[in-house]
Amino acid sequence: MTDVLDRLIRLAAKKYGADADALKADDDVFESLGIDSFAAAELMSELELEFDVEIPDYELQGVKTFGGLAAVIDKRR
Amino acid sequence: MLQLSRIQSVGEAIRDATVTFKSNEALIEAERHRENGRWTYAQLRSEAERFAALLQEQGLQPGDRCAIVMQNQSKWIFSGLGALWAGAALVPIDYKLTAREQLELLEHCKPRVLVTEYGEWTKLQREQQLQREQQRGAALERTLVLVTEAPEGAELGPARRWEQEPAGSFRYCERSREDVACIVYSSGTSGTPKGCMLTHGNYLAQAEILGNLYPLAEDERFFSVLPTNHAIDFMVGFIVPLLMGGGIVHQRTLRPQFLRATMKKYGITHIALVPSILKNLEKRIRERLDELPGWQRQLVDGLIRTNEIVTRKAPNHRLSSTLLRPIHESLGGKLKYIFAGGTFVDRKLAEFFYELGIPVVIGYGLTEASTVITVNDLKPFRSDTVGKAVQGVKVEIRNANEAGVGEVWVRGPTVMKGYLDAPELTEEAIVDGWLRTGDLGSLDISGHLRLMGRAKNMIVTEGGKNIYPEDIEAVFEGLPGIEEYCVFAADYIWPRGSMIGEQLLVVLRPEGDWPSDECLQELRTRNRRLPDFKRLSAFVVEREEFPATASLKVKRGELAERLRGKARDEAVRGLDEG
Repeated sequence: MTDVLDRLIRLAAKKYGADADALKADDDVFESLGIDSFAAAELMSELELEFDVEIPDYELQGVKTFGGLAAVIDKRR
Repeated sequence: MLQLSRIQSVGEAIRDATVTFKSNEALIEAERHRENGRWTYAQLRSEAERFAALLQEQGLQPGDRCAIVMQNQSKWIFSGLGALWAGAALVPIDYKLTAREQLELLEHCKPRVLVTEYGEWTKLQREQQLQREQQRGAALERTLVLVTEAPEGAELGPARRWEQEPAGSFRYCERSREDVACIVYSSGTSGTPKGCMLTHGNYLAQAEILGNLYPLAEDERFFSVLPTNHAIDFMVGFIVPLLMGGGIVHQRTLRPQFLRATMKKYGITHIALVPSILKNLEKRIRERLDELPGWQRQLVDGLIRTNEIVTRKAPNHRLSSTLLRPIHESLGGKLKYIFAGGTFVDRKLAEFFYELGIPVVIGYGLTEASTVITVNDLKPFRSDTVGKAVQGVKVEIRNANEAGVGEVWVRGPTVMKGYLDAPELTEEAIVDGWLRTGDLGSLDISGHLRLMGRAKNMIVTEGGKNIYPEDIEAVFEGLPGIEEYCVFAADYIWPRGSMIGEQLLVVLRPEGDWPSDECLQELRTRNRRLPDFKRLSAFVVEREEFPATASLKVKRGELAERLRGKARDEAVRGLDEG
């Protein structure tokens, strides 16, 4: 697991009370955290702070998994 | 008073406004805490004219279609307005759809021009490449694609950079009330896409109604947050503010903290929202109230009650914002109206805001009827209904049962011309000039409409997307050990008297008594691959063979009728249960 993916999963799991060890790269972010796209926007704000990046909303269109999200963050670092 | 009876088209009405209000501020585009720019009505006019001239230079003819796939931003308005002035019919497409879904709609409407942002275009190009490799999909072959905001040196394929396209001289193109102004897709990303053809007359009638019910003064600002392609924002976040000389504010991100900061910074007075954002605002206000020391909290509670009593009959914004200053300031201090699709707004949520002196305008509408059919006129505020029919629009309940509940039929100047290239669907939807909504409701003695459920097998998500169960079925083809299956909207089978929290379920006929663990596991896996708003939440086991036509198509109505004989609680199993 990459560093970004690991940190991303831990932060998301903490925020929504999920078990970080049970989450994998291919898991669906919305499904496994039980959140909608608006809550996901809130999560993105925290991830931006954590990784010190700015990710435009359009880059997140179609991103569903933790792995996909990690790739978007990685590209911007 | 907005008076549009002598005007022939939406383009003409806004064109007049760009002269009348030429020095007013028309648009502000924010990007997080930065401001990308602001434009007066005179500047908006020249930007839109330049875009129209560019289209005309490329040979766009009156009646040709111009599709837009863009986030909410100033260029959406420049291109939308420019296209209307060049005589085009607009096709606003949801930027939140997947590229595949967007291409399907583009293939259906065959636009002469597509206007899009670089981010969206890279997504579309990737999908097109994939489709070419699989030798399918011919969307955009004859379409001029104009891309904005592309970085220097970016690979655009056949598309051109909007900013670098030459524009010739502009000729304003007149349109009439009968001409199609917009084709708006109400649903259907698979199956038959439903492109509602809305005329200039439809929009002018709707704009006049809404502009007079909820006016926006010249110094007031509308915050456009819902996608502009959405019927509500297109009307109240684009057309109406521009006709009234007010301002429109765009924020390029949907991150909640920036939405709140934008409301404050720009003194937002009007906003259209979906319930999830409304709930987030409510949460923030409650948190603020909970932080107050005991005595202050008691004081605020007292003021809320006082405000509620003195403004019960009709909202008084000035009084409420004085009494409850700290709460109003957390939303920017100037907010007067929140517009929300009433079908999905929890009654308590609407009451919470109303008691604070911020009316949530609850309405009921369909893209097929421009935007709004009934609306709460706030005289007095009633959160238990979706309001009364707007001026000029008739609502009737057909085939009512003994409790007065039947299908809602609508007639009036806002009802669409029909669905694009789908005469059979149009014939089903519009009967003798009446639009069949497919929703169940009843009218009370004062003419207020109460919605009770659906007469057709579909759901509408909180975000306003229509989902047809048939469109999802293909995903579950070939589940192990399943003889037959069929997807339904749960409330279509068992109406609950409410339209909040609608769910989809699959009816399974297993080979044995019960679907195997392997089958259910596979069902869950495939379900997870669907976008969240299309996911099933439950299954029903039916051991009898499904009723079918001679050509072996399931007779859904009959199957639903049979299932209705079972108790919902006993028949429905959550997908996470065994």
